[in-house]
Amino acid sequence: MFRLRRTVVLPLLIALTVALIITSLLVGGYDITLANLFTDPDAREMFFISRIPRTLALIFAAVAMSVCGVIMQAITQNKFVEPTTVGSSQWAGLGILVMLILAPNAAPMPRMIVASVFAFIGTMLFMFVLRRIPLRSSMVVPLVGIMLGAVVGAITTFIAGQFNLLQSMSSWASGGFSGIVRGFYEPLWATVIVAILAFFLANRFTVAGLGRDLATNIGLNYERTVLIGILMVALATGVTSVVVGFIPFLGLVVPNIVSMLLGDDLRRNLPWVAVVGICFLLACDLIGRVIVAPMEIPASVILGFIGAAVFIGLVLRQQRRVGA
Amino acid sequence: MSAPSPRAARPLLRLGIVALIAALVVAGFLLLMIRGSFSYSLGVRSTMLGAMIIAAFTQGVGTVIFHTITQNRILTPSIIGFDSMYTLMQTLMVFFFGGTVISNTEGIPKLLAQTLLMVIFATLLYRWLFSGKFGSLYLLLLVGVVIGMAFSSLSVFLQRLLSPTEFDLLSVKLFGRISAVNPEYLPLAFGICALIGLVIWRRRHRLDVLLLGRDAATAVGVNHRRELTIMLMLIAVMVSFSTALVGPMTFFGFIVATLAYQVTGSHRHQYVLPMAFLLGIITLAGGQFILQNIFYAGGFLTVIIEFVGGILFLVLLLRKGTP
Repeated sequence: MFRLRRTVVLPLLIALTVALIITSLLVGGYDITLANLFTDPDAREMFFISRIPRTLALIFAAVAMSVCGVIMQAITQNKFVEPTTVGSSQWAGLGILVMLILAPNAAPMPRMIVASVFAFIGTMLFMFVLRRIPLRSSMVVPLVGIMLGAVVGAITTFIAGQFNLLQSMSSWASGGFSGIVRGFYEPLWATVIVAILAFFLANRFTVAGLGRDLATNIGLNYERTVLIGILMVALATGVTSVVVGFIPFLGLVVPNIVSMLLGDDLRRNLPWVAVVGICFLLACDLIGRVIVAPMEIPASVILGFIGAAVFIGLVLRQQRRVGA
Repeated sequence: MSAPSPRAARPLLRLGIVALIAALVVAGFLLLMIRGSFSYSLGVRSTMLGAMIIAAFTQGVGTVIFHTITQNRILTPSIIGFDSMYTLMQTLMVFFFGGTVISNTEGIPKLLAQTLLMVIFATLLYRWLFSGKFGSLYLLLLVGVVIGMAFSSLSVFLQRLLSPTEFDLLSVKLFGRISAVNPEYLPLAFGICALIGLVIWRRRHRLDVLLLGRDAATAVGVNHRRELTIMLMLIAVMVSFSTALVGPMTFFGFIVATLAYQVTGSHRHQYVLPMAFLLGIITLAGGQFILQNIFYAGGFLTVIIEFVGGILFLVLLLRKGTP
């Protein structure tokens, strides 16, 4: 069974991802085919200005959010945790709002730094609250996170309303990938660094997840490892938020699917987490692009629905297993 | 009623004091700090007050009943997605029948049809959720919250598929705001609330029994499943009205019910229910008055309620974490 999965499912997955990437490159308002890419200079120009940046942005964002989910789930030892269910993304949103108010014309770089700092504060706050939960029931943890996110969201809405920025905030939150062109997505390369780093630190996060005492016994600097993990999550969340807005549930759905398929070896799973994440986000984005063409539905909306459904399925599945 | 014993007199006294405060707040809200035309201002504020009364009744009473039938004080209809279900229902109607449904079938038949749809779906879904197959309250809560999120994403998705005109029609009709209520709905809403209030009042002792749990309630001859269904249906109706008039408010019912338990000093529904209603009025009218006249931010009452309520909810959730 296990070998079958590895030999059949994984090549299929790669084939699917490649197919999705090619489709994503070719689908859009401007007619680009593989043939006229070589003959028509206009088509080629459009291809490099819009299609490639968009597809790359999708890939980076998918990798970033999926890997964030893996790191957070390892650190907290909770399968239902990821940047949007602990409030990191909402904090990043608050950071973006603060920049909109204080420095409306700021370049992307400072905005990303501020968003990342806010995401860091938010994640630290969540970890702090988490330590105060006496009963670390796996259900209470995401609940607390979602509620923290809701409170921060309410603050953001309030401030945005006071400064007449509600519309810019809502168009940011559901921004998606439609506005991505050359010169705007490049900061997302930073998430690649986070992903590579995550690969090398994977085993440490796993150990940290066993708890402070055990981790320290094995010889791990617990506090530092957790802090590094949170910093990585904050950086990836902040950068992704500025460029593409919210990407709900991706970091939750993807790692869970992968660990169902492959088991719980964090480091071995990470590349597959990235692949499945790319597959998932590209598919959602393509659905959104095709279904109401020439208009678009943001991938985050589709992801929100599918992600929520998968989330409920996972919760019920775990419940059944515990109950049995 | 026989002569009140000292134990029973206390909640009654408290109820009286809160009623007095509510009356003062309402009078202040209606009459104080009026700039410009008195009669115009009074008219606008009375409409707002009408909406507030409906919201206080539906959310306050609805939440207390919900707490009773689910035997917890954390879950509320709004937190586990009744509001988003209402939004989804509205969106689905426009999606399948076109924007003309909303503008053509104005008034009572439309409201009733919508409410009926909402009642059917909410009762089915939540009766399934509360059928007792979920072991823990937190699991139930988590599933409810996420179902709510799924509903709102699906609504946004469907709204994006609508034509711009249909979308405009929908968004105008979908959510009321306290500061911009459509006065035409008020008489009907008052009538239905009065009717619901009557039904609930007649069942107040049964609700007391339901507090004891399914087994105890069955033992003293209350049909638990039937009561659960009836109450869920009433709650669905109330949430539809509240959302249609003042928009979704996730934590308002939660705040009001939590306060009511603290203030009343009794578990009996004949005291808790009116108390929740009165506290709701005080919160809404007082909050709106303060925001409007001191902070000049009249449109943000619901946001502030969300904020305060969210924090209160977190605190209670964390405190409850100890088994």
